Amino acid sequence: MSQSGLLTVSPSPHVHTALTVKQIMWRVVIAMIPALLISVYNFGISALIITMMAVLFCAITEYVIVRYLLHQEVTLFDGSAVITGMLLAFNVPTNLPLYILLIGAVVSVGIGKLSFGGLGNNPFNPALVGRVFLLISFPVEMTTWPVPGGLLAGIDAVTGATPLGLLKYGLRSGMAVPEIMTELPSHLSMFVGMQSGSLGEMSGLAMLIGLVFMLQQKVITWHVPITVIVSVFVFSAVFWFINPSLYADPMFHVLSGGVMLGAVFMATDYVTSPVSHRGMIIFGLGIGFFTVLIRLFGGYPEGISFAILIMNAFVPLINKYVKQHRYGTGRRATFEPMDNQLVS
Amino acid sequence: MSSNLVNTLKTFHQGGIHPDDAKLSANATIKALPLPKIVTIPVAQHIGKPAKILVERGDMVKVGQIIATHEGFVSANIHSSVCGKVGIIDEMMDSTGFKHTAITIRVKGDDWAEEIDLSEALNRDITASPKEIVARIMAAGVVGMGGAAFPSHVKLSVPEGKTVDHLLINGVECEPFLTADHRIMLEKPEEILVGTQVLMKALSVDKAIICIEDNKHDAIELMKSRLEGYNGISVQALQVKYPQGGEKQLIEAVLNREVPSGGLPVDVGAIVHNVGTTYAVYQAVQKNKPLIERVVTVTGRSLETPSNFLVRIGTPVVNLIAEAGGLPETAGKVISGGPMMGKAIADLNVPIAKATSGILIIDEAESKREQEYNCLHCGKCVEVCPIGLEPYYLMLLAKNHKAAQTSNEHILDCMECGSCSWVCPSNRPILDYIRLGKKEAKKIKTP
Repeated sequence: MSQSGLLTVSPSPHVHTALTVKQIMWRVVIAMIPALLISVYNFGISALIITMMAVLFCAITEYVIVRYLLHQEVTLFDGSAVITGMLLAFNVPTNLPLYILLIGAVVSVGIGKLSFGGLGNNPFNPALVGRVFLLISFPVEMTTWPVPGGLLAGIDAVTGATPLGLLKYGLRSGMAVPEIMTELPSHLSMFVGMQSGSLGEMSGLAMLIGLVFMLQQKVITWHVPITVIVSVFVFSAVFWFINPSLYADPMFHVLSGGVMLGAVFMATDYVTSPVSHRGMIIFGLGIGFFTVLIRLFGGYPEGISFAILIMNAFVPLINKYVKQHRYGTGRRATFEPMDNQLVS
Repeated sequence: MSSNLVNTLKTFHQGGIHPDDAKLSANATIKALPLPKIVTIPVAQHIGKPAKILVERGDMVKVGQIIATHEGFVSANIHSSVCGKVGIIDEMMDSTGFKHTAITIRVKGDDWAEEIDLSEALNRDITASPKEIVARIMAAGVVGMGGAAFPSHVKLSVPEGKTVDHLLINGVECEPFLTADHRIMLEKPEEILVGTQVLMKALSVDKAIICIEDNKHDAIELMKSRLEGYNGISVQALQVKYPQGGEKQLIEAVLNREVPSGGLPVDVGAIVHNVGTTYAVYQAVQKNKPLIERVVTVTGRSLETPSNFLVRIGTPVVNLIAEAGGLPETAGKVISGGPMMGKAIADLNVPIAKATSGILIIDEAESKREQEYNCLHCGKCVEVCPIGLEPYYLMLLAKNHKAAQTSNEHILDCMECGSCSWVCPSNRPILDYIRLGKKEAKKIKTP
């Protein structure tokens, strides 16, 4: 018993799950490690440096703003700045100049998160706000990717375009898809992660490992990631069936660019995705739809970031109108004793 | 859901959580607790009107003698649980934390009222008519012993125009730590089966299902092995998931029916009684014994010997803890009931009531709530709510006193299972606010 000899009283429940915010955040960080390792393997130590610097920049931004602008208690250790930093790094090329990365971090945390009132109140995914800001402000730096060169790859490594970029340019220059495909990495090598691209979007395999880990740890449910992947597949398959010489096959669309990264780590952000399972499915379908739409008909080769941000804007609406089944309403809440007697 | 594909265990479809079930006292056989020196018997141990007191200070009473009579239909008789002299009758603190009228009796000897059959022999012959059964259950003061304490005779009086086709006997005991129902099933299986037949006769139904969660294999096997000769009774094993023992969830799990919003189980042809209640019904109808004692689990991780005691109603909680090894040094909270829905008690001298299923001692370290963070809209509370409500949103509305909106969002369907507060990663006191919201929503419904 306590020093005073008094018992504690509080309303029920008197027990609580072990899975608290902190625990969840660190589990997400762990889930991102396979992707980081693949990136280090491909792009060398610069991948690690970019990731660590992004985390550092985000943490500093959060600390400075919360402490000196908002005059509040600093909640750095909930790990959310770490996740934002890692996700921002995952969305940029490894040869991005550090000052641009710093701008991205300030926009992500400062505008994307804290200007709305901090963790839990931001309507848009902070890391994506930062990424899209950089993509629009520094289009050249953000789309100059190093070619994977193994652990020893230095700063002077060759730069190359992503498979999606190559596809878009090829189509613009009048080539047919099957022709372009011969110059692109195979689906298998894209799945393992051997193509050019942003730091964290290399390997579908690494994303799957992260997804399985988060599902097993009950950090997220399958609803958002699986619907995003399936809907990208289905919507792109429709166009592929219509004209395979103009549109790439669905497997290419799922494995290229940031679909896997977006589906597993960006769209699943608690704060900016719907609360109900039904809502999550609608949200995932929308992301898949807009991704394919932007990729096939938009100006940018990649569309998942925009698609997620667009669907983020729909979340309050989805939460308002899409509800779980309410127990005690509907068909199973009616009872006809006569029917039952006939059956028995 | 996926586990539904690999086994045939039934469960409810939506929501639910898996807290550590911690059934520490599952192997402790039921032991009769030594008689206390004094008992405190509240006259309101049930939902409905308090009973009217029939005795005065100084009266001598025997075990099983009626000391307070029901007032109106939704009320229950109260009997003396001991033999002795009536002491002070006054407002006294009970396990709710509030003062209510109670009768104290100083124990002298252990003489039982003559009409009670004290033999251990099983009485399988049900001679009473349905009407007599209900009358005897009412006379014996039987109430729901799973926690709700709803007078049992009321549940057995099916309203005009309603049909009941299934009786469910609730042996789920989904609250972590509690094992009282488990032990009753293991030690009194035949009595429960006879009690079930008594209830079936009273309701004139031909199908009864004894529902047991899969963490009680021994009870499932034992009950199944004794079914012969008891027509119409079957045993249904259920997946382990909280709050499976909730009346609404049990009906959904076993019969695939939903109690209509704002309605009662009888609206979908089902009546649910707890196994402890069923045992009390057996004793009331077949043994003429009123409800004066019950099985109570005394448990906790730091408690020396987690136990199951047969306790006279009105025994102070402190007596049970002493018999189980005494209050541990590290204790920080004592709960009447289970950890999910039980009530924390401030004073260890409060009495055991008819619906007290357990006494749980929680360590100081786990007694206080952790720091609260912002809502992340993670949707976990929505995912686990067995009613399909949006607890995070109800909390927000209740905090802002939006009674009309909470009412529209079905706040009154909340049964306060606590799954939302349990799962919230930000440690938000969701259920606390929902309770406040329910109060305000009720006010605008009945001005």
